[in-house]
Amino acid sequence: MGRVLELENVHKAYRLGFIPRKKPVLKGVSFHVNEGEIFGYLGPNGAGKTTTIKCILNLIFPDAGRITIFGQDSLRPRARQKVGFLPENPYFYDYLTGREFLAFYADLLGIHGQARQERIGYFLKLVGMERAADLQLRKYSRGMLQRIGLAQALLNDPALVILDEPMGGLDPIGRKEFRDIIVNLKKEGRTVFLSSHILQDIEMICDRVAIILAGEIINQGYLGDLISEKVLFTEVIISGVPAAEFDHLGESVSTSGDRVLLKVYEEEKIDRVISLVQQKKGKIISLIPRTETLEDIFVNMVKNQ
Amino acid sequence: MKITTIALNTFKEAKRDRVLYLLFFFVAVCLLFSRFLALLTVGDRVKIIKDVGLASISLFGMLMAILMGTGLVYKEIDKKTIFTLLAKPIHRAEFLLGKFLGLVLTIFIMTVLMTAVFLLILFLHTFTVEWKILLAILYIFFELCLMTAVALLFSTFTTPILASLYSLAFYLIGHLSWSLEMLIKKVKSGTGRAALKVLYTVLPDLENFNFKTEVVHNLPLPGKLLGVSFMYGVVYTAFLLLLAILVFRRRDFV
Repeated sequence: MGRVLELENVHKAYRLGFIPRKKPVLKGVSFHVNEGEIFGYLGPNGAGKTTTIKCILNLIFPDAGRITIFGQDSLRPRARQKVGFLPENPYFYDYLTGREFLAFYADLLGIHGQARQERIGYFLKLVGMERAADLQLRKYSRGMLQRIGLAQALLNDPALVILDEPMGGLDPIGRKEFRDIIVNLKKEGRTVFLSSHILQDIEMICDRVAIILAGEIINQGYLGDLISEKVLFTEVIISGVPAAEFDHLGESVSTSGDRVLLKVYEEEKIDRVISLVQQKKGKIISLIPRTETLEDIFVNMVKNQ
Repeated sequence: MKITTIALNTFKEAKRDRVLYLLFFFVAVCLLFSRFLALLTVGDRVKIIKDVGLASISLFGMLMAILMGTGLVYKEIDKKTIFTLLAKPIHRAEFLLGKFLGLVLTIFIMTVLMTAVFLLILFLHTFTVEWKILLAILYIFFELCLMTAVALLFSTFTTPILASLYSLAFYLIGHLSWSLEMLIKKVKSGTGRAALKVLYTVLPDLENFNFKTEVVHNLPLPGKLLGVSFMYGVVYTAFLLLLAILVFRRRDFV
């Protein structure tokens, strides 16, 4: 499996204030993205996610370090030939219609004539924007801008798609649809680099992740390696048995009507809970073992730092 | 090809910003001033119309070059549209040249329209078409191209308000620097004279493009002078664009 994107010891500091003072934003960031995977870039707001992406795309220049895209130095425009990019809160020329907007980018990419029309039609359909194609972008909602932005990022048939907080500001349905589109991109053989501070998004679809905090990568690897399979506790919802009966077996978190939510920490106690419920002629509504989540790891790391 | 795409988009933006409506102001200014000034002045009325017309073309073109030129790059950065644009495989120089040519195209079309109106007004007074006047307008256009490059250069590193002030200062200096040439002739040779010469070489001389008086008063226009002025425009504009590219090449878009 080849390396599509590689960052080695990337440093960047901004000069801020009237008397410019250096404020380090990236402090030696290194990671790589393998071909065909969905790579999650995770970090709280202000950790340096967007700065990293801007360095990759040459929108800002690193003070030190090296970035290669498909083995080529990122400083060469040619390195971005097979890269698609959707920025956070995409801003586009709002006086263009959706179709004109895509036509403009197609022209820039050297796609002309019949091929251009076909490709625009295909991507408008893919992101579900056919009906709004002839509306000016200023009339688009945020979700619509995000979709047309994704179409723009895919126009050049990129092998690497870089998405900066793509799900921010979308409603739950929009997020689900966007997630499906991202998974499809992977199925089509594309590599996806996805930055986000929304852990569920990353946990559900990413193969590997890197966690950045205050400009430093504090952990990276396969999700399976980062998250242990160990069961932390089991959540049992029971009806028809009073909560007091389970005092010695687990912690009753809440009761609603005749339902009790019970947290059981030891595995051997689960069988005893089940037999007690049967004995008292109650019912088990659900029984969910909770393993460690990315959120747990993330919160722990942030605390430790 | 990429430069053309960016240039056409810049023109489209100007068109949708209704910049071409400026033409109506031009017509109004031309008609009103030439009538009023002709009433107040003793002498040839047609000359007044020519003077006002040429000055108006120059003024409106300058306003467009400075006000639009200074916002060209800043707007792209401020609205963050530059992020998706430069993430594509294009050179920053291509982006800048595209922006420049787009505005030059807008100014060219505007100048053509203003000239058409101006010639029509003139024709209604004289019933003849004076083609020589086009030469003066052509050189006004060269000056406008140079001023667009000036505005673009400032717009690569500062805000539109400051860039407008700098460009205006450049314009004023450019039209007054000829007096340095007079001064050089009067100062005795020595360090002072050498310093003045250096200053005159560095500062722009926009009077090189001013052939209004010659055209209005039907004075001779030597070909050599026209050639030198043209070359001055080309070299100075190219120099300014090169400077803008150098500034823009290493700029961070935070």
